[in-house]
Amino acid sequence: MYPHSYTTLQPTDVRIKTEQLNIYYGKKQAIKDVSLDMLANRVTALIGPSGCGKSTYLRSLNRMNDLIENSRTEGKVLLDGVNIYDREVDVVELRKKVGMIFQKSNPFPKSIFENVAYGPRINGINDKKKLDEIVERSLKQAALWEEVKDDLAKSGLSISGGQQQRLCIARALAVDPGILLMDEPASALDPIATAKIEELIYELKNTYTIVIVTHNMQQAARVSDYTGFFYMGELIEFDETKKIFTMPAKKQTEDYITGRFG
Amino acid sequence: MNTMMKKRFRLSEFLAEKLITATAFISFAFIVLIFIFVFRETLPIFSVPEAAITQEELGEQETYGDITLTDAEKASEKNEKSKAVNDEGASIKNLAGERWQPVSSKPKYGLSPLIIGSLKISLIAILFAGPIAIFAALFTAAFAPKWAKEILKPAIEILAGFPSVVIGFFALVVLATVVQDLLGLEYRLNAFVGGLALSLAVIPIIYTISEDAISAIPKSLTEASLALGATKWQTALKVILPAATPGIFAAILLGVGRAFGETMIVLMATGNAALLSANLFEPVRTMSATIGAEMAEVVFGETHYNVLFFIGSILFLFTFTLNAIAEIFVRQRLMKKFRGD
Amino acid sequence: MTKKKLLGGLVVGTTGFFAFIIIATVVIVMTNIVAGGWSSLTKDFLLGSPEEGMTKGGIFPAIVGTFLLVLIMSIAGVPIGTITAIYLSEYASQKSILARMIRFAVNTLAGVPAIVFGLFGLGFFIQFVGTSVDGVLYNDGELHWGQPNILWASLTMALLTLPVVIVSVEEAIKTVPRELREASLALGATKWQTIRKVVIPNSITGILTGAILAVSRGAGEVAPILFTGAAYFLPHLPTGLSDQFMELGYHIYIMATQSPDVEATRGIQYATTLVLLILTFTLNFSAIFLRYKLRKRIIT
Repeated sequence: MYPHSYTTLQPTDVRIKTEQLNIYYGKKQAIKDVSLDMLANRVTALIGPSGCGKSTYLRSLNRMNDLIENSRTEGKVLLDGVNIYDREVDVVELRKKVGMIFQKSNPFPKSIFENVAYGPRINGINDKKKLDEIVERSLKQAALWEEVKDDLAKSGLSISGGQQQRLCIARALAVDPGILLMDEPASALDPIATAKIEELIYELKNTYTIVIVTHNMQQAARVSDYTGFFYMGELIEFDETKKIFTMPAKKQTEDYITGRFG
Repeated sequence: MNTMMKKRFRLSEFLAEKLITATAFISFAFIVLIFIFVFRETLPIFSVPEAAITQEELGEQETYGDITLTDAEKASEKNEKSKAVNDEGASIKNLAGERWQPVSSKPKYGLSPLIIGSLKISLIAILFAGPIAIFAALFTAAFAPKWAKEILKPAIEILAGFPSVVIGFFALVVLATVVQDLLGLEYRLNAFVGGLALSLAVIPIIYTISEDAISAIPKSLTEASLALGATKWQTALKVILPAATPGIFAAILLGVGRAFGETMIVLMATGNAALLSANLFEPVRTMSATIGAEMAEVVFGETHYNVLFFIGSILFLFTFTLNAIAEIFVRQRLMKKFRGD
Repeated sequence: MTKKKLLGGLVVGTTGFFAFIIIATVVIVMTNIVAGGWSSLTKDFLLGSPEEGMTKGGIFPAIVGTFLLVLIMSIAGVPIGTITAIYLSEYASQKSILARMIRFAVNTLAGVPAIVFGLFGLGFFIQFVGTSVDGVLYNDGELHWGQPNILWASLTMALLTLPVVIVSVEEAIKTVPRELREASLALGATKWQTIRKVVIPNSITGILTGAILAVSRGAGEVAPILFTGAAYFLPHLPTGLSDQFMELGYHIYIMATQSPDVEATRGIQYATTLVLLILTFTLNFSAIFLRYKLRKRIIT
């Protein structure tokens, strides 16, 4: 196995912490004053109705919101104690530490091999043997190796939707990020493919800190250790998943998880 | 972790951005250069020749190296110079004149026949191309069955793809004869034939932009009209056409710009006689054709050369202004579209 | 009611008639040129040189000249156009003054009459750059680069076709899905890495389309080369960048208007026109085909 720099972290360590985070798109405020701690090697789920800001919040954790021309972020996002919005922080280095899986699987129109090798290659690894090694390890970690090991030269777009999403996960794992942000990773997949992704999340949390956005409450209940409920850009409630789903403290949370709105 | 995420300087990144930005700037630099270099060559005709004469008359000692010119040589040179100066002096007054006779013992650089020629030709071209293109665009957008669209669109693309020298050739060899026979004209090549041929180059421009303007009209607008019981053609004439007016106007302006600046077609099909006349069936010489026909023959730096650049400057400024106005119209339309929806 | 119907028929009929005029014109022009040129279009014509004071023989030098013209033009223009398009779509923020200046320049370039480009080529490339080069390199009072030649003509044409390339490439870059850019950036790729490895490879079709359209346009324009490098007749092919050249469009113009017996060479004129038409159409259709493929990608 690849030596992992963060396996020494304890589940009680706070890996990601946001303090009074406010995000604006132009004049519209998308995130209001969200403070939240996410623990190392745990899965944190963010739930809420669509448009509640959970994806915006997620995208602030690796500064993908920077790509939106009129977005503005206030407050702090601390990664291992470092504010990633500090002027001294390099966004490119940040994103190597914080991987992201998108709602719509987005493999490059390249071969399966080249998809996974993309990250190592941009980091200057061009040695074929080393690349082979990383690709195999990553695909195995993403539970895709057995299915594609004979078709590595095939296009990343030629495999099924569920496989494509796992390919994207493998691609993210290949740069050894330590943190994985997942933006509704299974929303476009059928139940079997979804189950595979969920299994994978369960496997990965031993070595990765995972934040997952989902509109599927059963999924949040199944895969996560902690759950935050967002509504209208605010964090309404955050607690252990068990507690959120059995005895939520807030009325709004209860209404949402019992399906009264959303 | 702290040091790992520290901002780092990436040389390739820095160079790529700077080089790409610099390269992109080339387009702008060349626009400026075009302005400078086309206008620069026209400047001599605005310099005051009287000053040159007085200097000459002061009788400055002219020496070429160690050799002092003999009197005879001096005299002949002075003669030549003052003659040239005289010509230039006359030419400036002549720019507004009625005759274009650049190659003669007493050259005349009257631009009016050329300007009138360009206007005449453009007018004829627009009178043909405008209605044809706009109605064809309306037909495409409002009435045409699918099969008709599938013929019309490629036809427009093909028309737009004709090199202007091909249209000029066709006009010269075929169209001119047909028009002459049909109308019983005295001259085979004339303003009318030139304008008609030119309309072939203008139609695709007006069609494309008009069609664009028409199809940009929100469906809700046409549907509202149809729902009120208006027929398809009433909707087309009373709703679609007025709503697309700014775009169509822009299309016509761009068409005029193209017609005004086009060279090869008019060079080949208009007869190229610099006549100052209102008759549409007489030969005509446009500004662009004058440059095209005469520039290869002139001596660099001569008055004639500078006047041709002056004509080019007028062409440039005129089309530039038309394009700018057209863009304002198109942009307004877009603004409306965004605000409306 | 019947009056209304009649009016309706009239409106549809009139607009349809105008549409028909366009189609008919295209058919007539094409038929005429194909009919006029087909019989003269022989192997000897394509591969031979003009003979007997250009009243007989072929157009091989003009074909080669046209080819060289668009080749040098593409080498100069396509990279600049592509990079400008990359700047406009990837680096420039829409509000930046520089981006607006460049957009304005591209729009203006697209509207400048072809003959003005010719003037610019003469005034800038030949009279300014060429003469300066002569002064610095040779300084023997003779003209080497300060006169019309294939390099200056090609560069003039590159400038004229620059907007074609820029617009086409930018359009192609816009079709590269945002998701792919995000995927690359989220993996820790820098902007330039993302452009190099994701944006450009996925815009190749568009770059190719732009290049083809530019070549087609460059092969068809005559006005810019009238006095920047095209020659009436040359006994030999150009051997260097400072040589003049023969060109198809210019050849048509010369043969149809300037030759002593215009009627006698009608066949050559028609056949040359047909060759030019076939050339530009082949290019245009391949560009349309590539674009069609590109558009299909947006939908899927």
